[in-house]
Amino acid sequence: MTKLTFDFEKPIFALEQKIEEMRELSSVNGIDLDDEIRKLDEKLRKLVKKTYSNLNRWQRVQLARHPERPYTNDYLEKICTDFIEIHGDRNFADDKSIITGFATIDKHKVVIIGHQKGKNTKDNLYRNFGMPHPEGYRKALRAMKLAEKFHKPVVSIIDTPGAYPGIGAEERGQAEAIAKNLFEMSRLKTPILIVIIGEGASGGALGIGVGDRFVLLENTWFSVISPEGCASILYRDAGKANIAAESMKVTARDLQDLGIADEIIQEPDGGAHRNPDETARVLKESILRNIDELSAIPIDELILLRNEKYSKMGSWDEA
Amino acid sequence: MVDWFRRTKKGLLGTEKKVIPDGLWIKCPNCSEYLYKRELDRNYWICTQCQYHFRISSDEYIKMLIDAEYEEFNRKIQSNDPLKFKDSKRYSDRLKNAKAKTGKYDAVVTVEGDLSKHRIVLCVMEFKFIGGSMGSVVGEKISRAIDRAREKKLPLIIVSSSGGARMQEGVLSLMQMAKTSAKLSQFHEEGGLYISILTDPTTGGTTASFAMLGDIIIAEPGALIGFAGPRVIKQTIGKDLPEGFQRSEFLMDKGFVDIICGRSELKRLVTRLLDFFIEND
Repeated sequence: MTKLTFDFEKPIFALEQKIEEMRELSSVNGIDLDDEIRKLDEKLRKLVKKTYSNLNRWQRVQLARHPERPYTNDYLEKICTDFIEIHGDRNFADDKSIITGFATIDKHKVVIIGHQKGKNTKDNLYRNFGMPHPEGYRKALRAMKLAEKFHKPVVSIIDTPGAYPGIGAEERGQAEAIAKNLFEMSRLKTPILIVIIGEGASGGALGIGVGDRFVLLENTWFSVISPEGCASILYRDAGKANIAAESMKVTARDLQDLGIADEIIQEPDGGAHRNPDETARVLKESILRNIDELSAIPIDELILLRNEKYSKMGSWDEA
Repeated sequence: MVDWFRRTKKGLLGTEKKVIPDGLWIKCPNCSEYLYKRELDRNYWICTQCQYHFRISSDEYIKMLIDAEYEEFNRKIQSNDPLKFKDSKRYSDRLKNAKAKTGKYDAVVTVEGDLSKHRIVLCVMEFKFIGGSMGSVVGEKISRAIDRAREKKLPLIIVSSSGGARMQEGVLSLMQMAKTSAKLSQFHEEGGLYISILTDPTTGGTTASFAMLGDIIIAEPGALIGFAGPRVIKQTIGKDLPEGFQRSEFLMDKGFVDIICGRSELKRLVTRLLDFFIEND
Protein backbone atom coordinates (compact mmCIF):
# COMPACT_ATOMS: atom_id res chain seq x y z
CA MET A 1 0.00 0.00 0.00
CA THR A 2 1.54 3.30 -1.03
CA LYS A 3 -0.56 5.92 0.58
CA LEU A 4 0.12 9.42 1.65
CA THR A 5 0.19 9.47 5.41
CA PHE A 6 0.45 12.28 7.89
CA ASP A 7 2.54 11.73 10.99
CA PHE A 8 -0.50 11.25 13.15
CA GLU A 9 -1.75 8.52 10.81
CA LYS A 10 1.42 6.43 10.88
CA PRO A 11 0.47 4.07 13.75
CA ILE A 12 -2.77 3.31 11.91
CA PHE A 13 -1.01 2.38 8.71
CA ALA A 14 1.51 0.28 10.60
CA LEU A 15 -1.32 -1.69 12.14
CA GLU A 16 -3.15 -2.00 8.83
CA GLN A 17 -0.01 -3.37 7.27
CA LYS A 18 0.38 -5.91 10.03
CA ILE A 19 -3.18 -7.15 9.56
CA GLU A 20 -2.61 -7.41 5.84
CA GLU A 21 0.53 -9.46 6.39
CA MET A 22 -1.24 -11.82 8.77
CA ARG A 23 -4.03 -12.33 6.26
CA GLU A 24 -1.50 -13.18 3.60
CA LEU A 25 0.37 -15.48 5.93
CA SER A 26 -2.81 -17.26 6.87
CA SER A 27 -3.95 -17.79 3.29
CA VAL A 28 -0.53 -18.80 1.94
CA ASN A 29 0.40 -21.17 4.74
CA GLY A 30 -3.08 -22.25 5.73
CA ILE A 31 -2.55 -21.22 9.34
CA ASP A 32 -5.66 -20.20 11.20
CA LEU A 33 -5.03 -16.66 12.45
CA ASP A 34 -8.68 -15.57 12.49
CA ASP A 35 -8.71 -14.87 16.20
CA GLU A 36 -5.58 -12.74 16.09
CA ILE A 37 -6.80 -10.89 13.03
CA ARG A 38 -10.15 -10.21 14.65
CA LYS A 39 -8.40 -8.84 17.73
CA LEU A 40 -6.17 -6.61 15.62
CA ASP A 41 -9.15 -5.41 13.59
CA GLU A 42 -10.85 -4.37 16.77
CA LYS A 43 -7.68 -2.67 17.94
CA LEU A 44 -7.46 -0.85 14.60
CA ARG A 45 -11.04 0.34 14.82
CA LYS A 46 -10.41 1.80 18.26
CA LEU A 47 -7.14 3.38 17.19
CA VAL A 48 -8.75 5.04 14.17
CA LYS A 49 -11.56 6.40 16.29
CA LYS A 50 -9.21 7.65 18.95
CA THR A 51 -6.74 9.22 16.51
CA TYR A 52 -9.23 11.11 14.41
CA SER A 53 -11.40 12.32 17.24
CA ASN A 54 -8.44 13.94 18.99
CA LEU A 55 -6.89 15.91 16.15
CA ASN A 56 -5.60 19.38 16.77
CA ARG A 57 -6.55 22.20 14.45
CA TRP A 58 -3.52 21.96 12.20
CA GLN A 59 -4.08 18.21 11.77
CA ARG A 60 -7.67 18.94 10.74
CA VAL A 61 -6.39 21.45 8.18
CA GLN A 62 -4.12 18.74 6.79
CA LEU A 63 -6.94 16.25 6.69
CA ALA A 64 -9.16 18.78 4.90
CA ARG A 65 -6.46 18.92 2.21
CA HIS A 66 -5.81 15.19 2.04
CA PRO A 67 -5.11 14.44 -1.64
CA GLU A 68 -7.41 11.43 -1.52
CA ARG A 69 -10.26 13.38 -0.01
CA PRO A 70 -13.28 13.43 -2.32
CA TYR A 71 -13.76 16.63 -4.32
CA THR A 72 -16.90 18.27 -5.66
CA ASN A 73 -17.16 16.10 -8.78
CA ASP A 74 -16.63 12.89 -6.74
CA TYR A 75 -19.65 13.73 -4.63
CA LEU A 76 -21.72 14.76 -7.65
CA GLU A 77 -20.98 11.40 -9.23
CA LYS A 78 -22.11 9.57 -6.12
CA ILE A 79 -25.11 11.71 -5.25
CA CYS A 80 -26.71 12.86 -8.51
CA THR A 81 -28.91 10.77 -10.74
CA ASP A 82 -28.21 13.33 -13.46
CA PHE A 83 -25.85 16.27 -13.77
CA ILE A 84 -25.67 18.62 -16.75
CA GLU A 85 -22.61 20.83 -16.52
CA ILE A 86 -22.66 24.29 -18.07
CA HIS A 87 -19.60 26.33 -18.96
CA GLY A 88 -18.37 29.89 -19.22
CA ASP A 89 -19.31 33.34 -17.96
CA ARG A 90 -20.53 34.53 -21.40
CA ASN A 91 -17.95 37.27 -21.17
CA PHE A 92 -14.41 36.05 -21.18
CA ALA A 93 -13.77 32.37 -20.47
CA ASP A 94 -14.72 29.16 -18.76
CA ASP A 95 -13.06 28.91 -15.37
CA LYS A 96 -12.32 25.26 -14.65
CA SER A 97 -11.79 25.79 -10.94
CA ILE A 98 -15.52 26.32 -10.47
CA ILE A 99 -18.05 23.90 -11.89
CA THR A 100 -21.69 24.79 -12.38
CA GLY A 101 -24.64 22.78 -13.58
CA PHE A 102 -28.07 21.32 -13.13
CA ALA A 103 -28.35 18.34 -10.84
CA THR A 104 -31.11 15.86 -10.22
CA ILE A 105 -30.82 14.19 -6.82
CA ASP A 106 -33.57 11.58 -6.49
CA LYS A 107 -36.68 13.68 -7.10
CA HIS A 108 -34.99 17.00 -6.32
CA LYS A 109 -33.70 19.42 -8.91
CA VAL A 110 -31.00 21.82 -7.77
CA VAL A 111 -28.44 24.13 -9.35
CA ILE A 112 -24.92 23.24 -8.24
CA ILE A 113 -21.97 25.59 -8.05
CA GLY A 114 -18.72 24.38 -6.55
CA HIS A 115 -14.96 24.74 -6.43
CA GLN A 116 -13.13 21.95 -8.18
CA LYS A 117 -9.61 20.80 -7.37
CA GLY A 118 -7.58 18.30 -9.40
CA LYS A 119 -6.60 14.77 -8.46
CA ASN A 120 -3.03 14.94 -9.77
CA THR A 121 -0.58 17.51 -11.05
CA LYS A 122 -1.94 17.57 -14.59
CA ASP A 123 -5.52 17.72 -13.41
CA ASN A 124 -4.60 20.38 -10.88
CA LEU A 125 -3.02 22.57 -13.54
CA TYR A 126 -6.25 22.24 -15.51
CA ARG A 127 -8.30 23.13 -12.42
CA ASN A 128 -5.83 25.80 -11.28
CA PHE A 129 -5.69 24.05 -7.87
CA GLY A 130 -9.25 25.12 -7.20
CA MET A 131 -8.30 28.81 -7.26
CA PRO A 132 -10.80 30.79 -9.32
CA HIS A 133 -10.34 33.82 -11.54
CA PRO A 134 -13.13 36.41 -11.83
CA GLU A 135 -14.76 34.36 -14.60
CA GLY A 136 -15.42 31.57 -12.12
CA TYR A 137 -17.42 33.85 -9.85
CA ARG A 138 -19.26 35.34 -12.81
CA LYS A 139 -20.09 31.89 -14.19
CA ALA A 140 -21.40 30.92 -10.76
CA LEU A 141 -23.56 34.05 -10.65
CA ARG A 142 -24.97 33.24 -14.09
CA ALA A 143 -25.95 29.77 -12.88
CA MET A 144 -27.49 31.24 -9.73
CA LYS A 145 -29.56 33.69 -11.77
CA LEU A 146 -30.88 30.74 -13.75
CA ALA A 147 -31.75 29.02 -10.50
CA GLU A 148 -33.65 32.11 -9.39
CA LYS A 149 -35.49 32.43 -12.67
CA PHE A 150 -36.63 28.81 -12.69
CA HIS A 151 -37.20 28.50 -8.93
CA LYS A 152 -34.53 25.91 -8.25
CA PRO A 153 -32.56 25.88 -5.01
CA VAL A 154 -28.81 26.49 -5.16
CA VAL A 155 -26.30 24.17 -3.51
CA SER A 156 -22.83 25.74 -3.31
CA ILE A 157 -19.92 23.42 -2.56
CA ILE A 158 -16.83 25.09 -1.11
CA ASP A 159 -13.29 23.71 -1.42
CA THR A 160 -10.63 26.28 -2.27
CA PRO A 161 -7.32 27.55 -0.94
CA GLY A 162 -8.44 31.02 -2.12
CA ALA A 163 -9.05 33.13 -5.20
CA TYR A 164 -6.09 33.17 -7.59
CA PRO A 165 -3.63 36.02 -6.97
CA GLY A 166 -2.45 36.82 -10.49
CA ILE A 167 -2.15 39.67 -12.97
CA GLY A 168 -5.08 38.58 -15.17
CA ALA A 169 -7.29 38.04 -12.15
CA GLU A 170 -6.67 41.60 -10.97
CA GLU A 171 -7.03 43.07 -14.48
CA ARG A 172 -10.41 41.46 -14.86
CA GLY A 173 -11.67 42.53 -11.45
CA GLN A 174 -11.29 39.73 -8.92
CA ALA A 175 -12.50 42.04 -6.16
CA GLU A 176 -15.48 43.28 -8.16
CA ALA A 177 -16.51 39.74 -9.12
CA ILE A 178 -16.46 38.56 -5.50
CA ALA A 179 -18.18 41.70 -4.16
CA LYS A 180 -20.91 41.38 -6.78
CA ASN A 181 -21.59 37.79 -5.75
CA LEU A 182 -21.87 38.69 -2.06
CA PHE A 183 -24.29 41.44 -3.03
CA GLU A 184 -26.38 39.24 -5.33
CA MET A 185 -26.37 36.10 -3.17
CA SER A 186 -27.68 38.03 -0.19
CA ARG A 187 -30.90 38.73 -2.06
CA LEU A 188 -31.18 35.88 -4.58
CA LYS A 189 -34.82 34.83 -4.57
CA THR A 190 -34.25 31.12 -4.13
CA PRO A 191 -32.90 28.99 -1.27
CA ILE A 192 -29.10 28.76 -1.06
CA LEU A 193 -27.35 26.00 0.86
CA ILE A 194 -23.60 26.33 1.49
CA VAL A 195 -21.66 23.11 2.03
CA ILE A 196 -17.97 23.09 3.01
CA ILE A 197 -16.34 19.81 1.94
CA GLY A 198 -12.65 20.66 2.34
CA GLU A 199 -11.04 24.03 2.81
CA GLY A 200 -12.30 27.57 2.47
CA ALA A 201 -10.05 30.61 2.57
CA SER A 202 -10.94 34.27 2.31
CA GLY A 203 -13.03 36.02 -0.30
CA GLY A 204 -12.20 33.21 -2.69
CA ALA A 205 -14.41 30.89 -0.65
CA LEU A 206 -16.98 33.47 0.42
CA GLY A 207 -17.45 34.54 -3.23
CA ILE A 208 -19.77 31.57 -3.66
CA GLY A 209 -20.44 31.19 0.06
CA VAL A 210 -23.35 33.41 1.09
CA GLY A 211 -26.65 31.66 1.77
CA ASP A 212 -29.38 30.50 4.11
CA ARG A 213 -27.57 27.64 5.81
CA PHE A 214 -23.91 26.94 6.34
CA VAL A 215 -23.11 23.24 6.64
CA LEU A 216 -19.62 21.81 7.12
CA LEU A 217 -18.20 18.34 6.92
CA GLU A 218 -16.43 17.53 10.16
CA ASN A 219 -12.83 17.65 8.93
CA THR A 220 -12.88 21.01 7.21
CA TRP A 221 -11.64 24.52 7.87
CA PHE A 222 -12.89 27.93 6.83
CA SER A 223 -11.36 31.30 7.65
CA VAL A 224 -10.37 34.78 6.59
CA ILE A 225 -7.00 33.61 5.26
CA SER A 226 -5.10 30.31 5.08
CA PRO A 227 -3.04 29.43 8.16
CA GLU A 228 0.10 29.75 5.98
CA GLY A 229 -0.93 33.19 4.74
CA CYS A 230 -1.66 34.37 8.26
CA ALA A 231 1.62 32.94 9.56
CA SER A 232 3.70 34.57 6.85
CA ILE A 233 2.16 37.97 7.55
CA LEU A 234 1.85 37.97 11.34
CA TYR A 235 4.73 35.67 12.28
CA ARG A 236 6.83 36.34 9.16
CA ASP A 237 7.18 32.57 8.81
CA ALA A 238 4.77 30.39 6.83
CA GLY A 239 6.16 27.43 8.76
CA LYS A 240 4.22 28.61 11.78
CA ALA A 241 0.94 27.75 10.07
CA ASN A 242 0.13 25.31 12.85
CA ILE A 243 0.18 28.15 15.38
CA ALA A 244 -1.87 30.37 13.08
CA ALA A 245 -4.48 27.62 12.68
CA GLU A 246 -4.79 27.41 16.45
CA SER A 247 -4.96 31.19 16.91
CA MET A 248 -7.49 31.84 14.16
CA LYS A 249 -9.73 28.96 15.27
CA VAL A 250 -10.41 27.67 11.80
CA THR A 251 -12.11 24.28 12.14
CA ALA A 252 -15.73 23.28 11.66
CA ARG A 253 -16.18 22.93 15.43
CA ASP A 254 -14.74 26.42 15.98
CA LEU A 255 -17.20 27.84 13.49
CA GLN A 256 -20.00 26.21 15.41
CA ASP A 257 -18.75 27.78 18.64
CA LEU A 258 -18.52 31.17 16.91
CA GLY A 259 -22.12 30.95 15.75
CA ILE A 260 -21.26 30.73 12.05
CA ALA A 261 -21.93 27.04 11.32
CA ASP A 262 -25.51 25.78 11.25
CA GLU A 263 -24.67 22.11 11.04
CA ILE A 264 -21.68 19.80 11.12
CA ILE A 265 -21.87 16.55 9.24
CA GLN A 266 -19.98 13.81 11.01
CA GLU A 267 -17.59 11.97 8.71
CA PRO A 268 -16.93 8.22 8.87
CA ASP A 269 -14.11 7.23 11.25
CA GLY A 270 -10.80 8.31 9.81
CA GLY A 271 -12.26 11.01 7.60
CA ALA A 272 -14.03 11.31 4.26
CA HIS A 273 -11.15 9.82 2.26
CA ARG A 274 -11.32 6.53 4.16
CA ASN A 275 -14.93 6.01 3.19
CA PRO A 276 -16.12 8.27 0.36
CA ASP A 277 -19.35 6.33 -0.22
CA GLU A 278 -20.51 6.72 3.35
CA THR A 279 -19.49 10.39 3.34
CA ALA A 280 -21.49 10.96 0.14
CA ARG A 281 -24.48 9.26 1.75
CA VAL A 282 -24.52 11.47 4.85
CA LEU A 283 -23.81 14.54 2.72
CA LYS A 284 -26.74 13.75 0.45
CA GLU A 285 -29.02 13.24 3.42
CA SER A 286 -28.06 16.64 4.80
CA ILE A 287 -28.40 18.43 1.44
CA LEU A 288 -31.87 17.05 0.76
CA ARG A 289 -33.13 17.65 4.29
CA ASN A 290 -31.88 21.26 4.30
CA ILE A 291 -33.19 21.98 0.82
CA ASP A 292 -36.60 20.62 1.79
CA GLU A 293 -36.72 22.73 4.93
CA LEU A 294 -35.59 25.90 3.14
CA SER A 295 -37.97 25.37 0.23
CA ALA A 296 -40.89 25.28 2.67
CA ILE A 297 -40.22 28.88 3.77
CA PRO A 298 -41.94 31.62 1.72
CA ILE A 299 -39.24 33.31 -0.33
CA ASP A 300 -39.66 36.85 1.04
CA GLU A 301 -39.40 35.52 4.57
CA LEU A 302 -36.37 33.44 3.63
CA ILE A 303 -34.52 36.51 2.35
CA LEU A 304 -35.43 38.43 5.50
CA LEU A 305 -34.06 35.57 7.58
CA ARG A 306 -30.92 35.43 5.44
CA ASN A 307 -30.27 39.13 5.98
CA GLU A 308 -30.92 38.84 9.70
CA LYS A 309 -28.50 35.93 9.92
CA TYR A 310 -25.65 37.98 8.47
CA SER A 311 -26.68 41.07 10.40
CA LYS A 312 -25.90 39.29 13.65
CA MET A 313 -22.47 37.99 12.68
CA GLY A 314 -19.48 39.30 14.57
CA SER A 315 -18.56 40.02 18.15
CA TRP A 316 -18.14 43.43 19.79
CA ASP A 317 -18.72 45.43 22.94
CA GLU A 318 -20.79 48.54 23.16
CA ALA A 319 -19.98 51.10 25.83
CA MET B 1 8.30 50.58 -1.42
CA VAL B 2 6.41 49.59 -4.55
CA ASP B 3 7.84 50.39 -7.95
CA TRP B 4 5.39 53.11 -8.75
CA PHE B 5 6.68 55.32 -6.00
CA ARG B 6 10.32 54.47 -6.46
CA ARG B 7 12.44 57.48 -6.90
CA THR B 8 13.59 57.56 -10.49
CA LYS B 9 15.47 60.86 -10.56
CA LYS B 10 17.89 62.24 -8.11
CA GLY B 11 16.20 64.97 -6.14
CA LEU B 12 17.07 68.59 -6.76
CA LEU B 13 18.66 68.78 -3.38
CA GLY B 14 21.33 66.31 -4.36
CA THR B 15 22.69 63.58 -2.18
CA GLU B 16 24.00 65.79 0.58
CA LYS B 17 22.11 65.36 3.78
CA LYS B 18 20.51 68.56 4.92
CA VAL B 19 19.43 69.18 8.43
CA ILE B 20 15.71 69.76 8.33
CA PRO B 21 14.02 71.08 11.44
CA ASP B 22 11.76 68.35 12.68
CA GLY B 23 8.06 68.82 12.04
CA LEU B 24 8.25 71.84 9.74
CA TRP B 25 9.24 70.20 6.51
CA ILE B 26 8.18 66.87 5.04
CA LYS B 27 9.86 64.91 2.29
CA CYS B 28 7.57 63.69 -0.51
CA PRO B 29 7.94 59.90 -0.76
CA ASN B 30 7.36 60.08 -4.51
CA CYS B 31 9.52 62.96 -5.80
CA SER B 32 11.70 63.49 -2.71
CA GLU B 33 10.99 67.20 -2.69
CA TYR B 34 10.97 68.83 0.73
CA LEU B 35 7.63 70.42 1.36
CA TYR B 36 6.63 73.01 3.88
CA LYS B 37 4.18 71.31 6.20
CA ARG B 38 1.81 74.22 6.57
CA GLU B 39 1.56 74.68 2.84
CA LEU B 40 1.02 70.94 2.40
CA ASP B 41 -1.80 71.10 4.89
CA ARG B 42 -3.42 73.95 2.97
CA ASN B 43 -3.03 71.94 -0.23
CA TYR B 44 -5.04 68.91 1.04
CA TRP B 45 -1.77 67.02 1.64
CA ILE B 46 -1.03 66.86 -2.06
CA CYS B 47 2.60 67.37 -3.07
CA THR B 48 2.89 70.73 -4.80
CA GLN B 49 5.60 69.33 -7.09
CA CYS B 50 4.31 65.93 -8.24
CA GLN B 51 0.69 65.76 -7.07
CA TYR B 52 1.44 62.76 -4.87
CA HIS B 53 -1.45 62.28 -2.42
CA PHE B 54 -0.18 61.73 1.11
CA ARG B 55 -2.23 59.40 3.25
CA ILE B 56 -4.42 61.44 5.57
CA SER B 57 -6.52 60.62 8.61
CA SER B 58 -10.26 60.02 8.82
CA ASP B 59 -10.64 63.35 10.65
CA GLU B 60 -9.10 65.18 7.73
CA TYR B 61 -11.50 63.60 5.22
CA ILE B 62 -14.44 64.54 7.42
CA LYS B 63 -13.17 68.10 7.72
CA MET B 64 -12.65 68.20 3.97
CA LEU B 65 -16.07 66.87 2.97
CA ILE B 66 -18.51 68.02 5.66
CA ASP B 67 -19.64 71.67 5.65
CA ALA B 68 -19.45 72.38 9.36
CA GLU B 69 -20.97 70.38 12.17
CA TYR B 70 -21.69 66.70 12.13
CA GLU B 71 -22.86 63.98 14.43
CA GLU B 72 -20.65 60.97 14.97
CA PHE B 73 -22.65 57.86 15.83
CA ASN B 74 -21.71 54.45 17.29
CA ARG B 75 -18.33 55.88 18.25
CA LYS B 76 -17.69 53.57 21.16
CA ILE B 77 -18.36 50.19 19.66
CA GLN B 78 -15.16 48.25 20.27
CA SER B 79 -13.66 44.84 19.74
CA ASN B 80 -13.91 42.26 22.51
CA ASP B 81 -11.14 40.12 21.05
CA PRO B 82 -13.43 37.13 20.43
CA LEU B 83 -10.61 34.68 19.62
CA LYS B 84 -8.26 35.88 22.38
CA PHE B 85 -5.78 36.18 19.55
CA LYS B 86 -2.06 36.47 20.06
CA ASP B 87 0.86 36.57 17.63
CA SER B 88 4.07 38.45 18.46
CA LYS B 89 1.76 40.78 20.37
CA ARG B 90 -1.62 40.26 21.93
CA TYR B 91 -4.45 41.51 19.75
CA SER B 92 -5.87 43.25 22.83
CA ASP B 93 -2.59 45.18 23.10
CA ARG B 94 -2.63 46.05 19.40
CA LEU B 95 -6.11 47.45 19.90
CA LYS B 96 -4.98 49.47 22.89
CA ASN B 97 -2.01 50.90 21.00
CA ALA B 98 -4.11 51.73 17.96
CA LYS B 99 -6.64 53.47 20.17
CA ALA B 100 -3.91 55.52 21.82
CA LYS B 101 -2.35 56.40 18.46
CA THR B 102 -5.54 57.43 16.65
CA GLY B 103 -7.99 58.39 19.36
CA LYS B 104 -10.48 56.05 17.67
CA TYR B 105 -12.12 52.92 19.00
CA ASP B 106 -11.67 51.08 15.70
CA ALA B 107 -10.80 51.55 12.03
CA VAL B 108 -13.86 53.42 10.83
CA VAL B 109 -15.61 56.64 11.80
CA THR B 110 -19.30 57.00 10.92
CA VAL B 111 -20.98 60.39 10.86
CA GLU B 112 -24.06 62.21 9.65
CA GLY B 113 -23.75 65.76 8.42
CA ASP B 114 -24.16 68.14 5.50
CA LEU B 115 -22.04 68.11 2.38
CA SER B 116 -22.74 71.27 0.36
CA LYS B 117 -26.12 71.35 2.11
CA HIS B 118 -26.96 67.75 1.20
CA ARG B 119 -27.59 65.69 4.32
CA ILE B 120 -25.42 62.53 4.04
CA VAL B 121 -24.19 59.53 5.98
CA LEU B 122 -20.41 59.32 5.72
CA CYS B 123 -18.08 56.48 6.74
CA VAL B 124 -14.34 57.08 6.69
CA MET B 125 -11.85 54.32 7.34
CA GLU B 126 -8.78 55.02 9.46
CA PHE B 127 -5.70 53.37 7.98
CA LYS B 128 -3.59 54.05 11.05
CA PHE B 129 -5.84 51.76 13.10
CA ILE B 130 -4.34 48.29 12.41
CA GLY B 131 -4.00 49.04 8.71
CA GLY B 132 -7.64 50.01 8.38
CA SER B 133 -8.48 46.34 8.62
CA MET B 134 -12.08 45.19 8.85
CA GLY B 135 -13.07 43.14 11.86
CA SER B 136 -16.44 42.83 13.56
CA VAL B 137 -16.52 46.48 14.66
CA VAL B 138 -15.80 47.95 11.24
CA GLY B 139 -18.37 45.59 9.68
CA GLU B 140 -20.97 46.44 12.31
CA LYS B 141 -20.44 50.20 12.17
CA ILE B 142 -20.60 50.28 8.39
CA SER B 143 -23.70 48.08 8.46
CA ARG B 144 -25.40 50.41 10.91
CA ALA B 145 -24.41 53.42 8.83
CA ILE B 146 -25.98 51.80 5.76
CA ASP B 147 -29.14 51.08 7.76
CA ARG B 148 -29.24 54.68 8.95
CA ALA B 149 -28.90 55.97 5.38
CA ARG B 150 -31.65 53.58 4.28
CA GLU B 151 -34.05 54.48 7.09
CA LYS B 152 -33.50 58.22 6.74
CA LYS B 153 -33.35 58.03 2.94
CA LEU B 154 -29.96 59.73 2.83
CA PRO B 155 -27.12 59.25 0.37
CA LEU B 156 -24.23 57.15 1.63
CA ILE B 157 -20.54 57.88 1.09
CA ILE B 158 -17.77 55.54 2.19
CA VAL B 159 -14.11 56.57 2.01
CA SER B 160 -12.02 53.39 2.05
CA SER B 161 -8.41 52.89 3.06
CA SER B 162 -7.81 49.37 4.25
CA GLY B 163 -5.51 46.40 4.03
CA GLY B 164 -8.53 44.09 4.01
CA ALA B 165 -10.22 41.79 6.50
CA ARG B 166 -8.62 41.62 9.96
CA MET B 167 -6.84 38.31 10.59
CA GLN B 168 -7.05 38.60 14.37
CA GLU B 169 -10.79 37.96 14.28
CA GLY B 170 -10.60 35.04 11.85
CA VAL B 171 -13.83 33.97 10.18
CA LEU B 172 -15.79 36.71 11.96
CA SER B 173 -13.86 39.29 9.93
CA LEU B 174 -14.52 37.39 6.72
CA MET B 175 -18.23 37.40 7.40
CA GLN B 176 -18.26 41.19 7.65
CA MET B 177 -17.76 41.21 3.88
CA ALA B 178 -21.03 39.32 3.46
CA LYS B 179 -22.76 41.41 6.12
CA THR B 180 -21.90 44.81 4.63
CA SER B 181 -22.66 43.61 1.09
CA ALA B 182 -26.05 42.28 2.21
CA LYS B 183 -26.83 45.64 3.81
CA LEU B 184 -25.85 47.42 0.61
CA SER B 185 -28.10 45.21 -1.46
CA GLN B 186 -31.04 46.14 0.80
CA PHE B 187 -30.06 49.81 0.50
CA HIS B 188 -29.84 49.45 -3.27
CA GLU B 189 -33.30 47.86 -3.50
CA GLU B 190 -34.80 50.81 -1.72
CA GLY B 191 -33.19 53.23 -4.15
CA GLY B 192 -30.36 54.62 -2.01
CA LEU B 193 -27.40 56.36 -3.61
CA TYR B 194 -23.97 55.04 -2.60
CA ILE B 195 -20.75 56.76 -3.61
CA SER B 196 -17.60 54.76 -2.89
CA ILE B 197 -14.33 56.68 -2.65
CA LEU B 198 -11.15 54.61 -2.84
CA THR B 199 -7.94 55.96 -1.37
CA ASP B 200 -4.46 54.54 -0.93
CA PRO B 201 -4.53 51.65 -0.19
CA THR B 202 -7.77 49.72 -0.66
CA THR B 203 -7.15 45.99 -0.86
CA GLY B 204 -8.35 42.53 0.13
CA GLY B 205 -11.72 41.92 1.70
CA THR B 206 -12.59 45.60 1.77
CA THR B 207 -12.21 45.93 -2.00
CA ALA B 208 -14.01 42.60 -2.48
CA SER B 209 -17.06 43.85 -0.62
CA PHE B 210 -18.45 47.35 -0.03
CA ALA B 211 -15.64 49.31 -1.73
CA MET B 212 -16.44 47.82 -5.16
CA LEU B 213 -20.22 48.07 -4.76
CA GLY B 214 -20.70 51.82 -5.21
CA ASP B 215 -23.24 53.16 -7.67
CA ILE B 216 -20.39 55.52 -8.42
CA ILE B 217 -16.78 54.59 -7.69
CA ILE B 218 -14.27 57.43 -7.36
CA ALA B 219 -10.55 56.86 -6.79
CA GLU B 220 -7.82 59.22 -5.69
CA PRO B 221 -4.91 59.36 -8.16
CA GLY B 222 -2.19 56.77 -7.72
CA ALA B 223 -3.98 54.79 -5.01
CA LEU B 224 -3.20 51.09 -4.68
CA ILE B 225 -6.45 49.22 -5.28
CA GLY B 226 -6.79 45.48 -5.65
CA PHE B 227 -7.80 42.17 -4.21
CA ALA B 228 -4.52 40.32 -3.70
CA GLY B 229 -1.58 42.37 -2.46
CA PRO B 230 1.24 43.03 -4.96
CA ARG B 231 3.75 41.09 -2.86
CA VAL B 232 1.58 37.96 -2.87
CA ILE B 233 1.02 38.18 -6.63
CA LYS B 234 4.71 38.65 -7.26
CA GLN B 235 5.51 35.62 -5.12
CA THR B 236 2.85 33.52 -6.85
CA ILE B 237 3.79 34.29 -10.45
CA GLY B 238 7.52 34.74 -9.82
CA LYS B 239 7.72 37.78 -12.07
CA ASP B 240 7.91 41.52 -11.62
CA LEU B 241 4.62 43.33 -11.90
CA PRO B 242 3.95 45.76 -14.76
CA GLU B 243 4.37 49.47 -14.02
CA GLY B 244 1.29 51.11 -12.59
CA PHE B 245 -0.29 47.72 -11.85
CA GLN B 246 -3.19 47.95 -9.36
CA ARG B 247 -3.09 51.75 -9.29
CA SER B 248 -6.21 53.90 -9.75
CA GLU B 249 -5.33 54.71 -13.36
CA PHE B 250 -4.89 51.00 -14.14
CA LEU B 251 -8.27 50.19 -12.60
CA MET B 252 -10.02 52.91 -14.55
CA ASP B 253 -8.34 51.69 -17.72
CA LYS B 254 -9.61 48.15 -17.02
CA GLY B 255 -13.11 49.42 -16.34
CA PHE B 256 -13.48 49.18 -12.57
CA VAL B 257 -13.38 52.82 -11.50
CA ASP B 258 -15.73 55.54 -12.76
CA ILE B 259 -13.75 58.67 -12.04
CA ILE B 260 -10.28 59.55 -10.81
CA CYS B 261 -10.38 62.73 -8.82
CA GLY B 262 -7.67 64.65 -7.02
CA ARG B 263 -8.35 65.44 -3.41
CA SER B 264 -8.58 69.19 -3.97
CA GLU B 265 -11.48 68.63 -6.39
CA LEU B 266 -13.16 65.83 -4.45
CA LYS B 267 -15.80 67.81 -2.59
CA ARG B 268 -16.75 69.69 -5.73
CA LEU B 269 -17.18 66.43 -7.66
CA VAL B 270 -19.25 64.78 -4.93
CA THR B 271 -21.41 67.91 -4.73
CA ARG B 272 -22.08 67.76 -8.49
CA LEU B 273 -23.02 64.08 -8.17
CA LEU B 274 -25.33 64.74 -5.23
CA ASP B 275 -26.87 67.71 -7.09
CA PHE B 276 -27.50 65.41 -10.05
CA PHE B 277 -28.99 62.47 -8.17
CA ILE B 278 -30.68 63.99 -5.12
CA GLU B 279 -33.70 66.21 -5.45
CA ASN B 280 -33.80 68.71 -2.60
CA ASP B 281 -37.21 69.94 -1.53
